[in-house]
Amino acid sequence: MTDVPMVKAEAVHKSFGRLEVLRGIDLEVAAKEVMCMIGPSGSGKSTFLRCINHLEKIDAGRLSVDGELVGYQQRGDRLYELRDAEVCRKRSEIGMVFQHFNLFPHMTALDNLIEAPIRVKKESRAVAAERGRKLLERVGLGEKVNAYPRQLSGGQQQRVAIARALAMEPKLMLFDEPTSALDPELVGEVLDVMRGLAEDGMTMVVVTHEMGFAREVSDSLVFMDGGVIVEAGNPRDVLANPQQERTRAFLSKVL
Amino acid sequence: MANAVGLQGEAIKAVPVRHPGRWVAAIVVGAIAAYIFYTVVTAIQNDHTKQGSGWAAVGHYLFNPLIFRGILVTLELTVLAMAVGIVLGVILAVMRLSPNPVMSWVSWLYIWFFRGTPVLVQIFFWFNLNLVLKSIDIGIPFTSFWLHANTNTLIPPFMAALLGLGFNEAAYMAEIVRAGIISVEHGQTEAAQALGMNRGLVMRRIVLPQAMRVIIPPTGNETISMLKTTSLAFTASVTELFTRQQQIATATYDVLELLIVASIWYLVMTSVLTVGQYYVERYFGRGTLRGMPLTPFQRFRRILFTFHAPPPAPVEVPVSLPRGH
Repeated sequence: MTDVPMVKAEAVHKSFGRLEVLRGIDLEVAAKEVMCMIGPSGSGKSTFLRCINHLEKIDAGRLSVDGELVGYQQRGDRLYELRDAEVCRKRSEIGMVFQHFNLFPHMTALDNLIEAPIRVKKESRAVAAERGRKLLERVGLGEKVNAYPRQLSGGQQQRVAIARALAMEPKLMLFDEPTSALDPELVGEVLDVMRGLAEDGMTMVVVTHEMGFAREVSDSLVFMDGGVIVEAGNPRDVLANPQQERTRAFLSKVL
Repeated sequence: MANAVGLQGEAIKAVPVRHPGRWVAAIVVGAIAAYIFYTVVTAIQNDHTKQGSGWAAVGHYLFNPLIFRGILVTLELTVLAMAVGIVLGVILAVMRLSPNPVMSWVSWLYIWFFRGTPVLVQIFFWFNLNLVLKSIDIGIPFTSFWLHANTNTLIPPFMAALLGLGFNEAAYMAEIVRAGIISVEHGQTEAAQALGMNRGLVMRRIVLPQAMRVIIPPTGNETISMLKTTSLAFTASVTELFTRQQQIATATYDVLELLIVASIWYLVMTSVLTVGQYYVERYFGRGTLRGMPLTPFQRFRRILFTFHAPPPAPVEVPVSLPRGH
């Protein structure tokens, strides 16, 4: 592919105090690609995901989305930190789904969906609500338009959260362990929505423990441990025939 | 064989535990209350210092026009001082949590000073400002744009009391609002940021509305406290309720009677505020419960209704609230 990759990371480092969480991450996610990231907790995969929309600042290396640096601008050979407004604009083009949903509890499902389009993209309420209803329909919650998050099950809440991210019409979707906080019987409904999204050609980076989803839906799989990428490649190959000892050890515990 | 004994899940019929201690306590408390009540009532009844008016005087002064004018000033002062306190308090709280160190420190200093000095001193300070500052001049240096005002005309007694009470309240409100903001889970901020919302939007649309649930109860508390603290405006010769009753008492010597009149009105006003607080809390609690609890009024209507009908099945309470946008 000659296209600009949607996400490109080169030697990305990130530390929290003296703890080095990312120790040189190199990867590329092409447009319309679905990449799954797996690994033990504390391996840095969630931190990396949060770096992509600048919820965390990277300390070294280069990270860019759709050809533009995250959080900085390069003029000549100098880097300039982006102003808040610029950071916000870039974030508005990237959707993010959290482990604990983080729906706004004081708003109905529909209000959750239309808040950012109205306030950030300055859309009219009518246009935003129209798309909001369609999106709720699409995630199978057409009749929950006026429900408050507290009145919904975990799976329903996460589907609303996905719809909320989609309402901004993002070019990239980040999923941070979207099913980890769900009861086992609710995991399927969320994965189904994500599978549909992948089929529609959305570019997705998914941090997950769902090996089945990774095998069937993703185009590439990355196994992280200790802040580095241990192994990456075609998900079926990596899962069925891991080359690294650490990958084998991890997979033997989770599969 | 769980059902071998033949239990079919009948409702339990058991002799309840007796609580004789509660009866003893009730009798003791009742006796003490009756004694205090009797003493006060007869003391005022026998107050023959002047007209021997006693309780009749209380009833007489209760609807005195001067008292009413005092009540009006008290309410005005309460509302305005709380408005100053809340607006300034929210600004101070946001400043305190700002990443800008200058903002944070200015806010800290303000709270330190205004919370650390008595509100009575502050009211006196504003009231007596004209002693050191004859006029107040505000303008742009090196230009001819200057506003000039005599301190006495700029800060009349009412304004002195308002500034003293409002600025002092702001320091307390700042801490209350800050506690509310901190109580909102950080994931809410992150989710809003991830949607591209800037700091102001996140605060105004996501964090503050949720912080309200934590902010409202102590704010109601503060308002009730403020209503009574306005009586300190007496020292700045503001003619609010306390000053009015004092004026009448000095003229008529019905001192205790007028204190009771003032207390009755303070109690009435704080009671109204308590009811108001209940409904405001209900409004900001929406979305936190699966169904809304009934208001006392709704409960009362339900009781009336069920008198004429067979016992109803538990009803799902719909969440239907006026939405403010």
